[in-house]
Amino acid sequence: MLNWSNFVSQLINGLALGALLALISSGLTIIYGTLGVLNLAHGAMFMLGGYAGYAAWEATHSFTVAVISGALALMVFGLVMERVVIRYFYGRPHEDQLLVTFGLAMVIVEAVRFFYGSETRLVPAPDVLNGVVSLGFMIYPKYRLVLVGIVAAALLALFIVLYRTRLGMIVRAGIEDPVMVDSLGIDVYRVFMVVFGIGAMAAGFAGIVNAPVVSLTPEVGEAILVQTFVVVVIGGVGSFPGAVLGGLIAGEIISITSMVNPGYAYVMLFAAMTLVLMVRPHGLLGTPGRE
Amino acid sequence: MKRIAYPFSPVRRELVRAGFALAGGLALPRWALAADHPPIGTWPAGVEGNSVTIGAAVPRTGTYAEQGEDELKGWQLAVEHLNGGHPLMKKISTKTKKGVLGKEVKLAVADSAAKPNDAVQAQQRFITENKVILMTGSTSSAVAVAMNKLAQREKVLYVTGISGSNDTTGKDCVRYGFRQNFYGQTAAAALGPVLVKAYGKNKKAAYMTPDYTYGHTVTKSMQDYLATAGWTTVTNQVSPLGAPDYSSYLLNIANSGADVLINVNWGHDAVLSIQQAERFGIFGKMKLAVPYQIPFLAPEVGGDLLGGVYAATDFWWTLENKYPLAKQFVEAFEKRWNYKPEWGANNAYMSFAFWADAVENAGTFYPPDVIKSFEAGRKLQSTVGEVYFRKEDHQLVRPVVIVQGKKQSEMKNKEDFWNVIEIMPGAPLMQKPDAFGCNLGDYT
Repeated sequence: MLNWSNFVSQLINGLALGALLALISSGLTIIYGTLGVLNLAHGAMFMLGGYAGYAAWEATHSFTVAVISGALALMVFGLVMERVVIRYFYGRPHEDQLLVTFGLAMVIVEAVRFFYGSETRLVPAPDVLNGVVSLGFMIYPKYRLVLVGIVAAALLALFIVLYRTRLGMIVRAGIEDPVMVDSLGIDVYRVFMVVFGIGAMAAGFAGIVNAPVVSLTPEVGEAILVQTFVVVVIGGVGSFPGAVLGGLIAGEIISITSMVNPGYAYVMLFAAMTLVLMVRPHGLLGTPGRE
Repeated sequence: MKRIAYPFSPVRRELVRAGFALAGGLALPRWALAADHPPIGTWPAGVEGNSVTIGAAVPRTGTYAEQGEDELKGWQLAVEHLNGGHPLMKKISTKTKKGVLGKEVKLAVADSAAKPNDAVQAQQRFITENKVILMTGSTSSAVAVAMNKLAQREKVLYVTGISGSNDTTGKDCVRYGFRQNFYGQTAAAALGPVLVKAYGKNKKAAYMTPDYTYGHTVTKSMQDYLATAGWTTVTNQVSPLGAPDYSSYLLNIANSGADVLINVNWGHDAVLSIQQAERFGIFGKMKLAVPYQIPFLAPEVGGDLLGGVYAATDFWWTLENKYPLAKQFVEAFEKRWNYKPEWGANNAYMSFAFWADAVENAGTFYPPDVIKSFEAGRKLQSTVGEVYFRKEDHQLVRPVVIVQGKKQSEMKNKEDFWNVIEIMPGAPLMQKPDAFGCNLGDYT
């Protein structure tokens, strides 16, 4: 469908897709950048946030309550997960970290399946956000447009926490030189725990705000995890602005390619990642050596 | 001269000899009767004990998990009915008493996640460790095709689970594989006329196609049929199995000017793409049609989205009003599992029943003889009337059921999602046996 109105529609859609990918990826990249742990359970946490929100929605039928519950539940989950499991893996080889987070992902997915089964669960958007917006040349789901704003606000909040607060300063210092931060008398482990909690909260928040778009199944995090990795690699591992940029690029690639040939949408995404890896192995906004 | 009465006259001697031979033959284990056959596949190792095992690799996770669980329940019920000699099973497999050839049937189950590699690995393990005498499972034709190849290589029989691709009994058909359910060609030939009648000639169609053998062949069959009524394809949105989002595809469709959206996606992909299509306002512009109906589609999609939608399917529980065996099946299934069976469960049950019938009629588990028994073209009683296997491509000749979605206000009970509007006899819907390049291969 190569025509002007479809092109603009796909551009907007790419933005909406990209914003969401940016939000999920930012949680993954903050955790990796600070803790050095590549969290393969991030997709499962995204899914868990959706289900936590779904449980709250079932109880209250309030979307706002669902969103807050999804995000907070995952923050708590992240804090506990860091304290009980992840902490013991900082000093261990990367493959151990990959294995333990991969294992946790399986446990989380199957636990959710145990309680909720494999069937699709739907958290409807609030009535005022349902329906479509007519932009003249196209109609677009209202909620998806609003979602761009919601995600932008969430990313801004993350940005402020990371770049404009004392905690953020410590986190960023911890990324650069944890030994120095430690010797300054700052409890690095506590910072790590908080960072893991924030990363998990970002995943949980993304999971529940995305629930009205994709419908929940226990596998919803799996497919998104792959895309998230692509985003992080394109943007630069460990870079928060990189995750945002990478997310937007990935969203646009999927949307624009699908306009020309839908079968190649995901092929092009991986082709773009390969290209970035060849030209800038540390990603577009990444710092050499950090990965 | 006194006539000597020989205790054994020549005639009596023959009789006694024959009697001993018969008694001796009966005393031998059955497989020994066929001892002149060299071992093949898991035979005779898999049938030497008091039981035989069937290996099922079925998706319990992933995009098709929900449908896989339904299938599994169908197989489990069939195994229980075989071992218990249930009256329903005896009506389908008329020589069945208890078990199959008197042996208890066991079911070994593994999760395939609808991935060909996982399914083949699991079955390979079942062949080695359990000496399975029959394999089943697929809710994806990619799995069915891979399993076909494994079955032919390992010489172990395979009955498909759900598989809608033309290739399964077409270009990828094998001597060791059999399919009970309907497929792209018959779905298109059955649903096509209904769509043309409902929406008219010379319409524009948009397709959503999952990117593998099932999707491509079903879409092709629909396009070919509808072209005969002047329908054109304005766009075909091909997406990977398990795509996380359909927005970009749906925008293309929204901008395509199509009259009808023909959604070939399956499992959760179908649920998600239909839900998202509604949010993109697509159903205000075009009608939806589903050529290959998906178990649990209506309750999972929710709302009234499927109200009025036409779909082709294998079985729907209200067929109990027409077919006595369907009634018996629905009652037995509901009693066992507390819900009305979907077509995946029905397909699973019938596949095992037909296999049991083939084995009982062959009188042996020796695979080439069982295959020949399938190929004999016996008329079989089923939950959709009389059916038979076509010997040239191992496809069951069976009706295709056309259903139309009910609005919530029209539903008489909570599982009354579809209205059966037509039952199309199978034979006229099918292509010629060699039209899709089927070459079955060897028996041994």
